Amino acid sequence: MSIRAIVYSEIEQIRQKPGKHLPQLTDDLPLVESGLDSLGVAILVTRLEDNLGLDPFATSGFTSPPVTLREFIRLYEDAAQPS
Amino acid sequence: MKTPLNRLNSIRDRLSKAAGCSDRFLWGGRGEVCLSDLLQGTSLGGWLRKLAGRSILLAARDQLAAAAVLIELDGVARRIVICPPDVGSEQIPSVIAKAGVNAIVSDCEPGDLDCSGDLLRVRCSPGILPAEREPMKHWATEWVLLTSGTASSPKMIVHTMASLVAPIETSAKSMKGNGVVWGTFYDIRRYGGLQVFLRAVLGSGSLVLSSEGESVADHLARLSAHAVTHLSGTPSHWRRALMSPRAGAAAPQYVRLSGEIADQAILNALQSFYPNSAVVHAFASTEAGVAFEVTDGLAGFPSSLMGRRGEVEMKVRNDSLLIRSNRAASRHLDPENGNLADDRGFVDTGDIVERIGDRYYFRGRSNGAINVGGLKVYPEEVEAVINRHPAVRMSIVRSRRSHLVGGLVSAEVCLKELSPESDTAETLKREILEICLKNLPPHKIPVTIQWVPTLDVAASGKLARRHA
Repeated sequence: MSIRAIVYSEIEQIRQKPGKHLPQLTDDLPLVESGLDSLGVAILVTRLEDNLGLDPFATSGFTSPPVTLREFIRLYEDAAQPS
Repeated sequence: MKTPLNRLNSIRDRLSKAAGCSDRFLWGGRGEVCLSDLLQGTSLGGWLRKLAGRSILLAARDQLAAAAVLIELDGVARRIVICPPDVGSEQIPSVIAKAGVNAIVSDCEPGDLDCSGDLLRVRCSPGILPAEREPMKHWATEWVLLTSGTASSPKMIVHTMASLVAPIETSAKSMKGNGVVWGTFYDIRRYGGLQVFLRAVLGSGSLVLSSEGESVADHLARLSAHAVTHLSGTPSHWRRALMSPRAGAAAPQYVRLSGEIADQAILNALQSFYPNSAVVHAFASTEAGVAFEVTDGLAGFPSSLMGRRGEVEMKVRNDSLLIRSNRAASRHLDPENGNLADDRGFVDTGDIVERIGDRYYFRGRSNGAINVGGLKVYPEEVEAVINRHPAVRMSIVRSRRSHLVGGLVSAEVCLKELSPESDTAETLKREILEICLKNLPPHKIPVTIQWVPTLDVAASGKLARRHA
């Protein structure tokens, strides 16, 4: 499963709220408008750490904060590259 | 001669002496209150006189309604117990009993509040109606703030107007002038947000409040529309704001962080995003009040602040930061919670500090409390909820480091039957989470549950906890 697919799948699981209208996930969607609140984004990052063994926020996550899902996914893809 | 804020009778008295209230506003997501309208009107229908001298629970859903009520009731109520939005309805009866509450002010439907008894119920609304203000006896109102405790009921911390405004009196003139528009990501019904509210209202400014259910993008758009000049939140609030495409819409001159450890990464990110802003982080707690502000853009605080004589005195005992000042709360409302300060007047913040060179850095909490985006979670209260599941023998809750919100709640659970089938294990996890969802606000729900065969018990017979 690609990093992108894992990110999408985790967001879908965390944001499940019955009866609440949720936007369709696209790469251009800002992460904070994906239906995840502050806690939800933190849970996403924790689950990705468990799943991928990566936490890019521990090192460079706020040098250039990711806004869209594309930027968020790229942060993980870059962190997964062997240096 | 300048009159110190704390010698004036009430917020309302202070406002009525201030010029320019017709140009000053409290802006919420769904409405606004002009301060001069509030001086000549009321948000409480015709009920203000009936509330005089009472111990009042303020349980409004809308922050703007709560803000208007606070201005009206200071100096009128004997006590205002300010209920933050995450206090569960099952906790309300114990708050009412312990605080001797005899009136409730709320914008909710009467059926929404789970409380019985002989209580005066008054509906509040941010829609201000004109009203004549009759002279009334002045009360030195007690302001009671609720914070999380180890037990299921919140701790009640008593402040006075004098302790609440003490840090504001000494703050820089740049925060008090006309034209200052404060904004905050905090809720004003907690200490951090209440400080911003008082700074705006008593310092000739206006204030943009957040609104329940509002997206961060919409909030930032409103902050920008009202040309916010001073903006305050926790590091977690700010991280979230920086991840919004609207972060650039606001252009504050002053950026303030408090409520959590401000690490160098978030300080650098904010300074780079808002290059023309002063980025300041402050240390405060509901119990000890505002202790200091750090303006040099670096994480931690200068060791020169320690041991200094003055309005705020600080020292370290057993690695924990202790503070003595006139900004501290006066007491716990419930005597069962013990004394707030030691016999020399120092409040133990429970925040562990470490000195490296000429700076101190925060390292976590001595009592194991988890700071989730500025909200305290005591492991014991989460464990008590998990342990209600009949299959659970015992559990321990710990902090899991998060670079976005500081800490998250994680649980290790020891089951009565040690090796459940995997299907049963998944069902149990789901059931435990359901119990947590029903009984705890979202930030207290474990993000991970791990099965463990055993948990260490110390010689005291208590769970062995590894604290900071």
